[in-house]
Amino acid sequence: MSDATLPAPARRAAFAPDWGMRIFGLLVVAYLIYAASQLDLGLGRLVTGLGEGARFLARMVPPNFERWELLVEGLLESIQIAVLATVIGLVLSLPVGLMAARNIAPWWLSGPVRAFIAVCRSLHYVIVAILFVKAVGFGALAGVFALVIASVGFVSKLFAEAVEEISMKQVEAVRATGAGTLAVLLYAVLPQVASRFVGFSLYQLDSNLRNSTLVGIVGAGGIGGTLFAAFKRFDYDFVSAILIAIIALILLAELISGRIRAAMR
Amino acid sequence: MSATTHDTLAPLRREWIRHTPAERLTRWLAFLIIVAAVVWAVQTIEIIPEFLADAPEQMADLLVRMWPPDLAAYPKTVHAALMETLHIASLGTVFGFVLAIPLALMAARNICRIKALNFLAQVLLVASRSVNSLVWALIFVAVFGPGPAAGVFAIAFRSIGFVGKLLAEALEEMNPGPREALRAAGAPWGAEMLKAVWPQVRPAFWGVALFRWDINVRESAVLGLVGAGGIGVVLEDAINFFQWDQVATILLAILAVVLVAEVVVTRVRARLL
Repeated sequence: MSDATLPAPARRAAFAPDWGMRIFGLLVVAYLIYAASQLDLGLGRLVTGLGEGARFLARMVPPNFERWELLVEGLLESIQIAVLATVIGLVLSLPVGLMAARNIAPWWLSGPVRAFIAVCRSLHYVIVAILFVKAVGFGALAGVFALVIASVGFVSKLFAEAVEEISMKQVEAVRATGAGTLAVLLYAVLPQVASRFVGFSLYQLDSNLRNSTLVGIVGAGGIGGTLFAAFKRFDYDFVSAILIAIIALILLAELISGRIRAAMR
Repeated sequence: MSATTHDTLAPLRREWIRHTPAERLTRWLAFLIIVAAVVWAVQTIEIIPEFLADAPEQMADLLVRMWPPDLAAYPKTVHAALMETLHIASLGTVFGFVLAIPLALMAARNICRIKALNFLAQVLLVASRSVNSLVWALIFVAVFGPGPAAGVFAIAFRSIGFVGKLLAEALEEMNPGPREALRAAGAPWGAEMLKAVWPQVRPAFWGVALFRWDINVRESAVLGLVGAGGIGVVLEDAINFFQWDQVATILLAILAVVLVAEVVVTRVRARLL
């Protein structure tokens, strides 16, 4: 009787089950099983792999620093590639970024430039490095070109976004004095984004340094070539020495750029 | 009196300089260091002038050989490799998350109270991040032999550091209130994690997952260059056989997948967040 007279209070579970989420989870699991079967990943593979991994690690210690001249030479070339690629890339990114900013450039200019930036960003720097190795031959030059493309893709995208966020009041004020396009860019646009550009530059130097240690894998100069050669010769103790050197270099660069960033704030 | 009238005009005659001498000095020093680094790099880098001179010619030759792209090769070899690349990226992302979540919990100072474990987790995360995915791939090719298994592990191990760091940061920014309430009600550790911690970090979790998957699609395309499966293997073969029209097809396919992945991620993120 009481059930009929009193409407049953709506029972609300404190933690209601989320069926949409559960179904999504099941779909993900199903996909994972399908993908793993496609790639032929099995437990047996894992077990033999672990045995091989132990052998591999055993051959990596102790690291062999006997050929340190080769190591230092490769590291220095990597740093050179990073420095040159960053400087050239930044110099190119300034005009490209300005041309891609929709509040500064007309649409017929910003559209194609944006597409160009998207292409630069989409291709992995190692793939670009392969193409440049074929075009300009083995050596550091190909690495520099490849990282320039990567830098332009990354920095000009962020720079264009920064330019699109500027206050147009200053632009109008400078334009009202009768300034030409160049003067507007120099005195109204660039001062508003200069500090962010410096930040991007520092970040890009950091990431170019990381990437310059790798372009050598496809023959584009730097320590990567030494690393790949050592791998191919099964010289695993030298490999571990190179890896330690690369990690030390990257950590050092991260430390320095962190200090500079803290000092700029 | 005359001195006071003199003083009122003094500020007008003062010369204003934008930066203090110390600031100007650091600016000049920074500039000097940059110039010195560039000069050093230009002077000592090994660039063969003949190679630089005929670079435009070689580039033009390359483009001519690439055109038109051999689209007939797509269904034969490229499509399967492309799918393999996507599988490697997705499996690697999920596997990376499985490994990264315990490390993130260990690294977050408000979840794990043991200082030594925080430090250990941070060291592992930094180690994962400072080794590039191609180097991870080289290592796992040595361990598992050539094939997509090495690629999945390389992507996973590279993702750990990135994902773990961002998840640990999200965990540390969490509001402690819900956890304390659940603990006061006598909830066990697992319930506390599921009902107080997870709902708070869920947006960050999905954001990081999408972001990393997007990066992994890009990176898994090159793993094949060192033998770790995916479209890179086909690319390497085509380059070694100088089949530049096929190379063009493969590059177009990679470009398309990367752009589609980026659009998908932006769309899903806009709907989720």
